[in-house]
Amino acid sequence: MTDSVGAVMVVGGGIAGMQSSLDLADSGYRVYLVDKSPSIGGAMAQLDKTFPTNDCAMCIMAPKLVETGRHRNIDLITNSTIDKIEGKAGNFKVTVSKKSRFIDESKCTGCGICTQKCPVEVVDEYNKGLKVRKAIFVKYPQAVPLIFSIDKDYCIGCGNCERLCKAGAIVYSQEPETKVLEVGSIILSPGFDEFDLVQKRKEYGYGRFPNVVSSLELERMLSATGPFGGLVLRPSDGEVVKKIAFVQCVGSRDRSIGNPYCSSVCCMFAIKEAVIAQEHNPGLEATIFFMDMRAFGKEFDDYYVRAEKEHGIRFVKNNRISSIAEDPITNNLLVTFIDKGNLVSEVFDMVALAVGMTAPKDAKDLSEKLGVQLNPYDFCSTDILFSPLETSKPGIFVGGAFGAPKDIPDSVSEASGAAAKASSVIASERGKLVTVKEYPPEKEVSGEEPRIGVFICHCGINIGGVVDVPGVVEYAKTLPNVAYAENNLYTCSQDTQKKIREKIEENNLNRVIVASCTPRTHQPLFQNTCAEAGLNPYLFEMANIRDQCSWVHMHEPAKATQKAKDLVRMVVAKAGLLEPLTRVPIEVKPSGLVIGGGLSGITAAQELSKQGFEAFIVERENELGGLMKRVHYEMVGEKKDVQKKLKELIKNVNSDKKIHVFTNSTVKDISGYIGNFKTTIDQNGEEKEIEHGIVIVATGGMEHKPKEYLYGENDNVMTQLEFEGKLAKKKMDADTVVMIQCVGCRNDERPYCSRVCCTEAVKNALKVKEMNPATSVYVLFKDIRTYGFSEVFYEEAAKNGVKFIRYDDETKPKVADKKGLEVKIWEPFLGEEITIKPDVLVLSAATIPHPDNADLAQMLKVPLSKHKFFLEAHMKLRPVEFATEGIFLCGLAHSPKFFEECVSQASAAVSRAATILSKKTLEAEGMVSSIDEDICSGCGTCVVICPFNAIEKDENGIARVTEVLCKGCGTCAASCPEKAASIKQFTDEQLIAQVVAAVKEVN
Amino acid sequence: MEEGAAEGVTQEEEFEPLILAICCNWCSYTGADLAGTSRLQYPHNIRIIRVMCSGMVHPNLVIDALSKGADGVLMCGCHPGDCHYLEGNLKAEKRADALFLMLEDLGIEPERYRLEWVSASEGQRFAELMKDFTDTIKSLGPSPYKMY
Ligand code: FES
Repeated sequence: MTDSVGAVMVVGGGIAGMQSSLDLADSGYRVYLVDKSPSIGGAMAQLDKTFPTNDCAMCIMAPKLVETGRHRNIDLITNSTIDKIEGKAGNFKVTVSKKSRFIDESKCTGCGICTQKCPVEVVDEYNKGLKVRKAIFVKYPQAVPLIFSIDKDYCIGCGNCERLCKAGAIVYSQEPETKVLEVGSIILSPGFDEFDLVQKRKEYGYGRFPNVVSSLELERMLSATGPFGGLVLRPSDGEVVKKIAFVQCVGSRDRSIGNPYCSSVCCMFAIKEAVIAQEHNPGLEATIFFMDMRAFGKEFDDYYVRAEKEHGIRFVKNNRISSIAEDPITNNLLVTFIDKGNLVSEVFDMVALAVGMTAPKDAKDLSEKLGVQLNPYDFCSTDILFSPLETSKPGIFVGGAFGAPKDIPDSVSEASGAAAKASSVIASERGKLVTVKEYPPEKEVSGEEPRIGVFICHCGINIGGVVDVPGVVEYAKTLPNVAYAENNLYTCSQDTQKKIREKIEENNLNRVIVASCTPRTHQPLFQNTCAEAGLNPYLFEMANIRDQCSWVHMHEPAKATQKAKDLVRMVVAKAGLLEPLTRVPIEVKPSGLVIGGGLSGITAAQELSKQGFEAFIVERENELGGLMKRVHYEMVGEKKDVQKKLKELIKNVNSDKKIHVFTNSTVKDISGYIGNFKTTIDQNGEEKEIEHGIVIVATGGMEHKPKEYLYGENDNVMTQLEFEGKLAKKKMDADTVVMIQCVGCRNDERPYCSRVCCTEAVKNALKVKEMNPATSVYVLFKDIRTYGFSEVFYEEAAKNGVKFIRYDDETKPKVADKKGLEVKIWEPFLGEEITIKPDVLVLSAATIPHPDNADLAQMLKVPLSKHKFFLEAHMKLRPVEFATEGIFLCGLAHSPKFFEECVSQASAAVSRAATILSKKTLEAEGMVSSIDEDICSGCGTCVVICPFNAIEKDENGIARVTEVLCKGCGTCAASCPEKAASIKQFTDEQLIAQVVAAVKEVN
Repeated sequence: MEEGAAEGVTQEEEFEPLILAICCNWCSYTGADLAGTSRLQYPHNIRIIRVMCSGMVHPNLVIDALSKGADGVLMCGCHPGDCHYLEGNLKAEKRADALFLMLEDLGIEPERYRLEWVSASEGQRFAELMKDFTDTIKSLGPSPYKMY
């Protein structure tokens, strides 16, 4: 291992590639991020909003883009592709070739003057051809890196740009380059491509009928930066769309065009687009034509239900529409579909086709050059069950949609997981090729008069569409101590960071305010920018004029503008009193506590160990394995013997010297904080203490015990897992088997989907058929949600004669015991109720959260979701961590999911944890309590009241704060009778200034 | 969004109270953000002040606000048991009792101060609370300390 290289190449810079890169770069590796396009960001950069939170995609992605773009340990290699690879895991030599931009990357400032004076207009692929761009361009306004490119296919060589470019960055004669990079491992995250609507689905009129658009074109229309400023207009005549149809599964679940798999995201994507389109075009009628609604993710079903009940979106289920025709005069579209057995037609203004995901176009090329295998649909082949992140070639890993179509959170957690895998190959080389982040020396500002700079964000039209931003800027300039104010289209973009730094310099600013979105997501970004300009990061404040102003007063522009001014005035008042703070370094214990010893916990512990950290597993049962002990075989991959593999895994864990297993144990108490936790474990009544740097919650879930359908009353009624146990023992002798889906979920009590049950049912149905093809199997379902490649098995089951009968809440199956089981179900195709007499009735029971979750959540001070699973810090982009630093989650503790998804998430949690554990010291918050010793009377109230035992009396009887223990809660400050205690950044003086500014009469 | 419907031009000046909502960073402020992400509309009268925990707010700050011209103060913290710092919210609850006594002395109606729990997932509740509290304050009329 001595010649291993402490660097990783990440191929593809979408959200997955960025996440892998950031994790690796933050845990001590050099990263080369190669993207074929001139800027990173991938597909997510084109999205307007994301489901199920309706977060603005750019808003949540921008900080990551910026962070990736400026990370010291990440080299962005854009416009580049892989040519050749040599060597093996630990030491690869990769040849990369870079196309010319015809711009000197080191000189271009991204100012954009060139593009304004370029006479050539070109169809803009970022906006799906709905807009034009120039021949010299950046892909999108927030692009990273913000470096222009000349599109030589269109450039007429007029020389305008060269003449105008003050930086002298234009190089018409630039030659392509090749470079050879040495890396220890490689992560492939090239994403996906869109199904070719023009060539392969001609009958829907895409490309012929102007008002038939793809779901991604619609997404661009919805975007504030899109062609129509967020309105949905008809391409044919620019009229506002009033009635829109969404047609699902175009290029997915369709063997005739070679894509039998499900694209996994389109159902939720369509619901989101319908909801947002309605928001943008008030009064819009939206209809979604679909086969099965695949709302299988965390809180997706809640979103689906809300769309139908609250937004009035019309859902037409079980429908692959028959045809789309166009009225040539009006360009209206006539959609023909089956309604209650009859063909009916309906007119729409616009039709959006849910375009399927396909493997990236260059997948074959990549596979040949790198020697990794593809699956039959050209996605990356993975050995699904136990190593979903590994390609067929050691040292090369996969993250994101290249492994299978998937949504953003799954891509993000896979990407982190892949980062863990990639780094374990080269764990010995950690820290060898990185440069430490260094900030310029901090300017001394304490004695100076405040000089405040105010940066006010339009956030596209998110703020600017409601609030008169220039008006707020003018107002800010009149406020005391404000030395400078300006507005920005996106204050978070990389070019604005540069601008802020410049303005700090030019105007000698010693306080900075950004009025934009929420400090919860964006404060660190701007604080870092301040630090880069030599300002202490605590000399920064934010005013939330989007989430708490423009978005909640959308129809009152004047009032919202007034409020924005007030909010700015309030933080200006506070900012004038801000003081620079220093952060205290804290030591990190290089070990992790893993709570739960199922597959997720086992995986997390093993990954920690591979990274060189110690792991403690606490398992409540007497052996490891969790829910996995009840699963016997796999449908996909090599149909491995799950139990045999599990035994092997457990054996490896038990013999791993870095892993300490506590069975029959529970966590009794956890104290401490990131880097330094102390835990008391109760093992069979005996208490043990351990110390560790991080916590991973992997407590798993359980199979619900049904209360309905004679479960527990009739021995032939069993759950899917019980049935699987019988099948595994070959104890199944039935002529007829009925399976009922969604038992105990997607109902009022548990309105969520358990995600795995459809695939489990299909798996067991196929097994029954394999054991005895003559057995009749019926699956009674609401929607079949075999997303991704599982769809192929659903198709196979149907082909093998498994009968699938749809029911809904009104036509639930009725089960009776009449000297034998009897199931009555309404058969929609026959239009009558049928009676089945099964020998076995299998209930696909809900996956439910563990009842202990509540206690543990309280102990860790982390939240639970409304369905009582653990709630992560951010549903889209922080899927495996809590808002409380140093605590992570994975597996069924997060939400129901498949084993391979548990493995990805567990690896992801370790990857995130490694960004902490790989450091010897972390810097503690600067925002801690301080006690003015001149005022302190030594009464001791704070000593008693401090929940973290961070205050003691010194030898003079004066209260003293131990800063590393202080969490900055401020209980002392609010209780001190002398007002000697205060929390830095939230002092009484500062808060009062804010209050006074708020009540000051507005002019 | 495009400019909304014309703002209602009222005949006689309706009383528009000024309300401060002091929100803890971890749950309530996040809930307020969620109201925004979900585009739930609520009265513009609310000005949010972010603090780390409801337990860090000295009663004097509330008294200051109400005696300097705020028409109402709404303190929002995590639900009991959810406080990021263990029991800051319970401390805030105890202080509320003390606060009501102080308000009495100052001749300020107790309804002008309210303590509520809002979680990170309760955007809807946050918006409803804002409507409700604004209505309460509107019916009380301007604060006796309002300085014009
Ligand atoms: S952190 Fe929310 S009340 Fe303490």
